Amino acid sequence: MNYHNRIKAFIRKSKNNAFLFSELVKRDFNEKYKRTALGMGWSVLSPLLTLLVMRVVFTQFFGRTTEHYTTYLFCGNLVMSYYREATTNGMNSLLMNAQIILKVNTPKYLFILSKNVSALMNFGLTLIVFFLFCYLDKITFTPKMFLLVYPVFWLLVLNIGVGMILSALYVFFRDMTYLYNVFLTLLMYLSAIFYTLDSYSPRVQRLFLLNPVYVLIKYFRLIVIDAEVPSLAFHLLCAVYGLIALAVGSFVYKKYNHEFVYYL
Amino acid sequence: MPAIICEDVSIRYKTGDIKEIGIKEYVMRRITGNYQINEFWADKNITFSLEKGDMLGIIGSNGAGKSTLLKAISGIMIPTGGRVIVNGAIAALLELGSGFDGDMTVKENVYLRGAMLGYTKKFLDEKYDEIISFAELENFETFAFKQLSSGMKSRLAFSIACMLQPDILILDEVLSVGDGAFRKKSGDKMRQILSSGITGILVSHSVDQVQELCNKVLWIDHGVQIAFTDEVDLYCDAYQEFLMTKKLPGNREDIEKLADDYQERKKAEQEKKKTAETEKLKKILEQGSSDTAVRAAIRILEDNCPEALSEKYKKQEDMN
Repeated sequence: MNYHNRIKAFIRKSKNNAFLFSELVKRDFNEKYKRTALGMGWSVLSPLLTLLVMRVVFTQFFGRTTEHYTTYLFCGNLVMSYYREATTNGMNSLLMNAQIILKVNTPKYLFILSKNVSALMNFGLTLIVFFLFCYLDKITFTPKMFLLVYPVFWLLVLNIGVGMILSALYVFFRDMTYLYNVFLTLLMYLSAIFYTLDSYSPRVQRLFLLNPVYVLIKYFRLIVIDAEVPSLAFHLLCAVYGLIALAVGSFVYKKYNHEFVYYL
Repeated sequence: MPAIICEDVSIRYKTGDIKEIGIKEYVMRRITGNYQINEFWADKNITFSLEKGDMLGIIGSNGAGKSTLLKAISGIMIPTGGRVIVNGAIAALLELGSGFDGDMTVKENVYLRGAMLGYTKKFLDEKYDEIISFAELENFETFAFKQLSSGMKSRLAFSIACMLQPDILILDEVLSVGDGAFRKKSGDKMRQILSSGITGILVSHSVDQVQELCNKVLWIDHGVQIAFTDEVDLYCDAYQEFLMTKKLPGNREDIEKLADDYQERKKAEQEKKKTAETEKLKKILEQGSSDTAVRAAIRILEDNCPEALSEKYKKQEDMN
């Protein structure tokens, strides 16, 4: 009987959480788009502007030797800007909702998940533009492109995990935003967004695989530009990065879940 | 089965370094060994238990640890020591206004805030009209929340919260809100919920309210439990006197003495008020012109000693 009741209570709780989650997603989405005049258009426009600048500036250096350089750039920007947005928003999610967390007993991971949903939708919009550019860049569309779901899924997992870790750190250390911005800049330069790895030795090229963002960008490029399915090991690598981030993030949340309130 | 059991609950806040210094300084101090945090016990060894249907009033001056204790009971905080056992669905209104989003409309906010309070979508669909009409915001549904006046905001917040149907209700200074008519309406609604047989915990700065509504009292001072008792009147009186003298009672005798002192003081004050009013009455009667003076006198008599007035005068007063 007791067991039965507990299951019932659990189901009720999950249902409530699902409802709260959908309301939070609505709120975050609203907040993102209603405040700017351009609304949704802006979130597509801003990566395009970055793309444009990079295309103009770097074509001189790398564009001549790289085939489909625009698509090459866009792959990098697409993944990087999604990663940047999702993790930065994730980092802020606990502090931004401090007033709620302090006064209402809600599961804290809901806040970070809802931020990730709105970042994902944004990514979806940019992805449509991306395919448009692929078409203009005369990329041949193959059924292999459906495989892109795989890196997107692990990117999502990675973003959630990293966001969890960062949001916990940000609760304890308020200078995390500055540090993380510095880190993001470094990460961008290390992710081979506008340059190619051809001129590096194979050993150095392998070192780049330590960077999860680069791995996911490379997956995109292999499928889209080269129409080539990455190796099984490469698939595993994507999964491992995502799972590690998520595991560490969950561990941090589990451990510090009840400490957060003291620092918010 | 008791509805709430608090066993030796202690809650420690860490203050000092970590929040202010940031990660760079933290690492530096860790290396140089300068790192230290200070402890602060908001609550220490609080023990009580409530049966179903009990109403507990928590009293204590500012910073006594009342709100922190409520956070522990509602599950927002986990006590550093001891444990809290709660049997039943719990709803905590620690602050009515938290969780609203300024840019969203009134309607969207009802759903958002409702979801935070644990309502289901179905329940909100049913109750939505009732919420809006209780808040008297029928013409404002499409307004952004930030466009409402502060009175409207608190009315809306209260109206959403008072649809609760919990087993246990926790209120932190939110018994009634708004101004004028709504204050009475919201107070009545809360009383109605509280008297429906649920278990409740009430933190209020108004001792009279506690005396009126509660059958048990928990007195905390600077995190230390002074008393948990069902002698509500005695302890509330003693607490009132404590607020004046700032002397904590040590034992039963002190409590009784404090309560007696309070009663005496209250009596003396009433006495004083009465004499002052009698003086006033005399003055008016001596100086004033006949009509106004008599009417004023009757009014004063009505307040203090209605039995002295004959029916005739009362009628005359009504006519005026």
